[in-house]
Amino acid sequence: MSSASTNVREIRALIAAHKRWDVVFALLGLLALMVGVLTFVALFGQMVVDGATRLSWDFFTSYPSRKAAQAGILSAWVGSVLVMIVTACAAVPLGVGAGVYLEEYAPRNWMTDLIEINVTNLAGVPSIVYGLLALGLFVYGFGLGQSILTAGLTLALLILPVVIVATREAIRAIPAAIREGSYALGATQWQTTIHHILPYSMAGIITGVIIGMSRAIGETAPIITIGALTFIAFLPPSPVSATPPFLSFEWLLSPFTVMPIQMFNWTSRPEAAFQHNAAAAGLVLVVMTLAMNGLAIYLRYRLRKNIKW
Amino acid sequence: MSSTFQADAIDVVAEHTISDRLARRRLRHAKERLIEFILFLAASVSVATTIGIVLILLKESYDFFQVVSIWAFLTDTMWTPLFSEPRYGILPLLSGTLVSSAVALLVAIPLGTIIAIYLSEFAPFGVREVAKPFLELLAGVPTIVYGYFALLFVTPLLQQLIPSLPGFNLLSAGIVMGIMIIPTVSSVSEDAMRAVPMALREGSYAMGATRFQTAIRVVTPAAFSGIAAAYILGISRAVGETMILAVAAGMQPNLTWNPLEPAATITAYIVQVALGDLPHGSIGYQTIFAAGLTLALVTLCFNVLGHLLRKRYRQAY
Repeated sequence: MSSASTNVREIRALIAAHKRWDVVFALLGLLALMVGVLTFVALFGQMVVDGATRLSWDFFTSYPSRKAAQAGILSAWVGSVLVMIVTACAAVPLGVGAGVYLEEYAPRNWMTDLIEINVTNLAGVPSIVYGLLALGLFVYGFGLGQSILTAGLTLALLILPVVIVATREAIRAIPAAIREGSYALGATQWQTTIHHILPYSMAGIITGVIIGMSRAIGETAPIITIGALTFIAFLPPSPVSATPPFLSFEWLLSPFTVMPIQMFNWTSRPEAAFQHNAAAAGLVLVVMTLAMNGLAIYLRYRLRKNIKW
Repeated sequence: MSSTFQADAIDVVAEHTISDRLARRRLRHAKERLIEFILFLAASVSVATTIGIVLILLKESYDFFQVVSIWAFLTDTMWTPLFSEPRYGILPLLSGTLVSSAVALLVAIPLGTIIAIYLSEFAPFGVREVAKPFLELLAGVPTIVYGYFALLFVTPLLQQLIPSLPGFNLLSAGIVMGIMIIPTVSSVSEDAMRAVPMALREGSYAMGATRFQTAIRVVTPAAFSGIAAAYILGISRAVGETMILAVAAGMQPNLTWNPLEPAATITAYIVQVALGDLPHGSIGYQTIFAAGLTLALVTLCFNVLGHLLRKRYRQAY
């Protein structure tokens, strides 16, 4: 009788001991997450402490300068915007086109397999290697020079896998019944794609494009590799003019700088004043990428909630 | 007479519409094929990119290896291509890359795995819903910002602990790089763990195992190849990372296995050369392609390995 009750007590103790590990591990997991949270807080806090005083209207409307207190990011943010326009114009049609092809058109053969493996592999290529490709091909091969066009195309190639994968996943979520319904009414493949597949997968595609663009806007290494200048105290020629032909594409071939390069330039200087400028530029950059990522996450959340086939 | 004429007229009209329809259909078919071809071209850009990368790297490296023997490249212990007496040994750059990656992995693998197990097996729904987007945000911070953080926050902090630590060092760059890689490791591992069928967990619970026992002895081994693929993805990201190292680890090639020293990595060297003004076609210009080729080969090996592992775990269930 008493030995039975000791047994039960021993088993209870054993279970309690094992269950304690559950609690310990759950705490460990939270702790590990906290490392991420604390890093983020420290990173953000450090830049706010160092850079917030430099953030003013003048900072956005001044060119970089040899005097830290007068330097600003005008040429950098304008450059970033222009490069992003080129990137979007190249990456969105190519990426969405490729995604649609692979999901809707591609026959099952070795060529399709090759393209699929390729996209997966390209996603794992270090960004600086894209920079080397651009240096050899765009800068010297095609003679585009160290221009906005070169940078935009380089970043477009870099984010292409992101856009392709997002497009494919969005299309794959559309049930086959939608396609069958469309074909049953006599629509062609392209009519089905343009009237049904693309509109229904749009939110997913946009999410992918935003994530890709937020990656492109923070990319530094490939742009340095193509040899982009770091001290640019002028703006590219304006795309619109008052006299005919009103539109000009001269800006595509103009030298430029972008936000991350400007920040790198300031970070690598020993003077503290310039590092404060770097912190301010970094703050702008982080807020921009976070806003884009946040938007993408929100869109995906809305999407998951709203669509019920 | 008139009736035949009428019949003829009807025939003509009918014939006309049929051939018209056929023509329209043929046109439509041609348009469809044209669109398919255009979409195919868009898809083949990715293949062209790969071919472009391979050709450019091989072409410039070929010119480089006409001057420098592959043996000297792989065994020489000095990397001084811009000096008057140049030496072209990749080992110092490789050691910098490997040491910084090792530090990063020592941070990212334990933390990433714990986070993955926690999020997949332990975390309540609310925590998951907040933690996953947050990790994504952490992965979205530009690397140049992490570089700034490593140089001006982590290094001074580490110098409080290790007073002899120089301003540029592999340790702080590696730690920050590790934190940057955590989301990659944790999200891929978590996907692998969630792919483990519920029946396995239920069986384990039915045998009286606790949550911790189930997570460690059932789910983790079952998802092992996926978790290994996550590690390899993390390694290839660490090896290819550029800006954190260029900013925080210095740009001096240094054959060392000590993370407390400054050293250049392959990627940092490419940045350093690109910041200067080397003439196109010079041997200095070609060195960055030889370095890039080495980097691409190292990451390719890891990527292929990861791909094979992922394929295996997909087939498992």
